[in-house]
Order: sequence, then structure tokens, then C-alpha cells
Amino acid sequence: MTLELQKPRPIWQIMFSTHHTDVGLLYLISSLTFLFLGGSLALGIRAELFLPGSQIIADSMTFNRIFTVHGTTLIFLFIIPFASAVGNYYVPIMVRYKDMAYPKLNAIAFWMIPPAGVLIWLGFADFTWYATPPYSIISAPGPAADMWIFGLKILGISSVLGALNFVVTILKCKHPDMSIGQIPLLAWSFLSSSLIIIVAIPTFAAALLMLLTDRLGVSGFFNPAMGGDPISYAHLFWFTFHPEVYVLVIPAIGMMYEIIPRFSRKPIYSYNSGIFAFVMLSIVGFSSWAHHMYATGMSFTEKTVFMVGTLAAVPASAMHVFNFVATMWNARIRFSTPMMWAVGGIALFFSAGAGGVVNSAMPLDFTTHDTYWVVGHFHLFVMGTIAFGSIGFLYYMFPYVTGRMYNETLGKIHFVLSFIGTVLVFFTQHVLGLYGMPRRIYDYPPIPEWIAMNQIASIGAMIIGISMAVFLANMIHSSAKGKLADTDDPFGLGGKYYYPFEAKNPSH
Amino acid sequence: MSGHSNWPEWIYVAVVIALMTWVGAEAWEAERLVEHVPADAKTIIATGQQWFWTFEHEDGTKEIGELHVEVGKAYKFEVVSTDVNHSFNIHDYVVLIDAIPGRVNTVWFAPDKVGEHDIQCREYCGLIHYNMRGTLYVTEPTS
Repeated sequence: MTLELQKPRPIWQIMFSTHHTDVGLLYLISSLTFLFLGGSLALGIRAELFLPGSQIIADSMTFNRIFTVHGTTLIFLFIIPFASAVGNYYVPIMVRYKDMAYPKLNAIAFWMIPPAGVLIWLGFADFTWYATPPYSIISAPGPAADMWIFGLKILGISSVLGALNFVVTILKCKHPDMSIGQIPLLAWSFLSSSLIIIVAIPTFAAALLMLLTDRLGVSGFFNPAMGGDPISYAHLFWFTFHPEVYVLVIPAIGMMYEIIPRFSRKPIYSYNSGIFAFVMLSIVGFSSWAHHMYATGMSFTEKTVFMVGTLAAVPASAMHVFNFVATMWNARIRFSTPMMWAVGGIALFFSAGAGGVVNSAMPLDFTTHDTYWVVGHFHLFVMGTIAFGSIGFLYYMFPYVTGRMYNETLGKIHFVLSFIGTVLVFFTQHVLGLYGMPRRIYDYPPIPEWIAMNQIASIGAMIIGISMAVFLANMIHSSAKGKLADTDDPFGLGGKYYYPFEAKNPSH
Repeated sequence: MSGHSNWPEWIYVAVVIALMTWVGAEAWEAERLVEHVPADAKTIIATGQQWFWTFEHEDGTKEIGELHVEVGKAYKFEVVSTDVNHSFNIHDYVVLIDAIPGRVNTVWFAPDKVGEHDIQCREYCGLIHYNMRGTLYVTEPTS
């Protein structure tokens, strides 16, 4: 299997191409660029919090801008575009079609990302990735805030266009001989997450427009001084962004479904339960949004409804974990780099989910809400699960895309350091939250427990930083000078059985 | 696709569902008790604004940045905001409720020991959010 045209071409040919592997490559490079940019901001945050008092960041406004852009970048400019990269490479091949259904739309959806990224980075807004009103309306400095709003607007359109393309490609362009129950689970994950995007994003798109007109002073949807209600923004926002959590995590789980059976040299334990769990997650993902809002003064009944809705997502997530463990059970596993990332990701997915049960239980949420517990919790998902699945999949794709092999030792070093770092940062942050440290603070009082745990977390972050430097060096060096890969079986698993997809990669 | 029987997975799913039902029921029961404000609770109006807390007791006395309460009595906070969202938090007593302009949210507690505790803002509210802190003094009853 090869995923890339092997002939070297001038860069403008790739940039103006509409072929799915070329657009996939563009997605890949842009998302990894933003991974490193957003990640460096995280290192700045951790360095600042190493000790109480001002360390390397001059003032709290700069700090607030940094964590806002850090979150926005990694969610919207790394995780989602990375999934689109994988989807572009794999979905057409998996449904045995020559390209995406709408190639030009596909290229347009990609080319909306760089301008949006530029708006977000040049603006450097300070109102957190949640842009909470009335702060974002009456207090947040422009034009940064407005640039953020336009950036997110563009990214929302890009997501919807990409999602429509995936849905049509999978449902309408799959080979007539294939039934929907035969497409691989990775393609199923894109079908589920794309459907969620189409249902969820318009709500936030509307909220963004209302936020903008509120900022301009011509409306007062969320401005209490004009009779509006900030809580309605919270509902609109989380109606999009709780399902969006599943948009982020489902493709990463899909990537693990691709890696784990191959490196276990066994078929997946239960294909049907994988589909069932994807569909369940896409549905129950819509029944839990207000669990982010227990502390806004919701009634007991509302809280109960959303707690039940949240807990309902747990069995479906647990089914994925079971499926992975059952596949690896008694298997001849080969722990190459992609497999290590996938297995590490599953372990952290389980931990993140267990922590999530605590958040969703109403009385306990009042201990954890808006503390570092929550920071640790969702980072175990976005870093521990989604980034781990994505990076594992990047190693898995690497020989097919470049025709060369990455350095296996460096890949393993990258994994081990990242895993240790992730545990040090985010498990510690859970405990720090139980000690009551609020999130989004530039400075903290010298409470001994807080200092100790912040230092552990900062050291963990530096370890992740070092591992990412190893990763970058490995990727750059290996894609130019790595050993030529055997594209039939680059990981030495034996037998073509493990690579069932015939690439249709016509020159064009 | 897999030809084998899948009963271990369904047993596992049943166990997970049972566990979640138990967690949910316990949480429901605990929250129901916690939300029940005692009838004799004294009201304190807690106002959040960028970037400090003001407290007004029933007798009209006001305090800024600190709050004095008596041990063994129940207090109900009516939490309001004059500008942006804040979140009123006494972590040691698991007191947490958002201060949202245009709304009055209530939360209550009954301090059981003499001592000092931190009051903080737990919802991002801008420039000095990190230092929107105060102190709770729990004292012996005066009368």
C-alpha cells in the first residue's frame, strides 16, 4: 500500500491539487505545525506556574492570551485538521473510491484553515477558548476578540464542509459491492464524527454571530445590561462543544481500531460492537452538554437529567476499551512504535473516563469544577487519548506516505518520554484540583501542596517538550533520509492479510 | 464480522451500566440532601465584581475581601455579580456557585470548626482573576 505519489513534485503542484492524498498532506503539515506552536505555548504556561510569582511571563493579560490561544490552537488547528488528514488519506481508499466526493470543496475546506489560524494568532485573544460572555462582550479587548470570532467562524464552516464531504464519500461513493456494514471501523469513525459536526456546529455558529453583534453593541443576546442572559450562551456553546468532544475522540479511537488488530495480528474482536459504540456515542453525546454548567445555578432536576445523560456515554466508551483489550488478548503482539502509542492511549483513555465519572456526579462536581482537576481531566482526553492515537497513527502512516521508515528507536523514546510526561502533568493536575487550585490563574498563593504539584506538572511538561523535539527531528530526518520502507509490510508483521486496502492512487 | 459469541462483552457492559447506575443514584441522593437549605440559615449577600468579593450580612454590615461567620450556624449565600461571571468558592467547605450578572444563585454551608479558610473566584473573569481572593474567618459565637 502506498498513500502518496512517489514522484517528487514542485510544492505548488501539491498546494493547488485537489487530490485527496495531496489535501491530506496539506492537512497533515498544517496540523503538525500548529501542534508545535500550541505546544510551545503550553511550555510557557507551565514555566510560569513552576513557582508562585511572576516567572517568565510579564503580566496576567499575556498569560491569559497564551492559554486562550493554546487551547484554541490545539483543538481547532491541530486535533480536528489532523483527523481530516487521516480521513483524506484513508476514507476514499477504504470505501474504494478514487477521491473524495467533492475534491474542490475538499481543497477549499483545507484552505480556510490557514487564514483562520492567522486571525487567531495575530489577534491573540484573552477570553479563554470558551469566550464566556459577558466578559467577552464588555471586557475583552478588541480587535483580538473579534479576530478570534472570525477565525472560529471560518473554522466552523471548514469543519462542516469537510464533514459533508466525508458523509457523502462514505454513503454515496463507496463501492457498490460493499455494504455499509463492511467498511472499516476507521471509516465508520469518520461517518459518526462527521454527522455529529453537521448537527452540532450550526448552534455555535449562531452563537458566534450573536456574540459579535453583542460586541458591536447592536444586540444584547448575552449582555445582562441589555436584558440578555449569559447562561443562554453557555447552553449554545456546550450544545456544540460537548458533542464536539466526541468529534475529537471518535476519529482517534478509529485510528486505534486500525492499529491494534494489525499489530496484534488478529481481526478485531467485535466489529459490530465497535460500530454500535460509535453510533451510541454520537447519539448520547448530545444528551450531556449542560454537565459543564452545574455551578451556574441549575435546578436539581436539570442537573439530574444531564448527569444521567453523561453517565450514559460511559458504557459505549467502555465497549471500545473492551474491544481493544479483547483483541490484544492472547495475540502475538508486535510492539512497534504505533502500537505502543495506541496501547498507551487506551490506558489513558480509561483513566480519563474514570475521572470523568467523578466530574459528572453532581455533588463531586462542586469540588472539581473549574479547578485543575478539570484541566487534568480533559487533557488526559486531548493529549493522552487523542494526541496519542493521532501520533501513533502518524507513525503508522509514515512509511506509506513517505516511502521511507522512521527511526524506530527514536519513535519509542518519543513514546516513553511522552507517556511519563503526560502522567506527571495530568495525573498531578487532578490532585492539584482536589487541593482547590482554580484553573486559568496567572499566579497562586504559596501553598506548599500547590507549589509541589505545580513543579511536578511543569517538569512533566518539559519531558513532553523534549519528547516532541525528538519527534520533530525523527520526522524531518526520516522523511528525507530514512531507510526505504517495504511498503507491502513496513512493520514486518508478515503477510499481506494485514493490509487489506488496495490503493487507488492514479496520477493526475 | 466475528463469528464467535459475544457474551463476555455484554456481561461487561451490564457491569458498567450497573456501576454507573449506582454512581448516579448515590450522587442523586447526596445532592438532594446538600441542596436542602436549613430554615434557620442566615442570609449573606455575596457580590462578585472585578476583582473582589463584597459581603452583606442580614444586619446590614458589609465586609470587603473578608467574611466573618460564627461556628455552628448555617449561612445561606445569595451570590450576585455586577459585571462579568465569577464563581464564589470556599474550597474547604465545598461551597461553589457562579456569580452571574442578572441572576441570584444560592448556596449554603454551616462551618463546624473555628478557623481561617480561603475564598476565591473559580470562573475566569479577566486581568486579576488570579488574585480575586478573600478570607473566611470562622469565630466563636459572640452571644
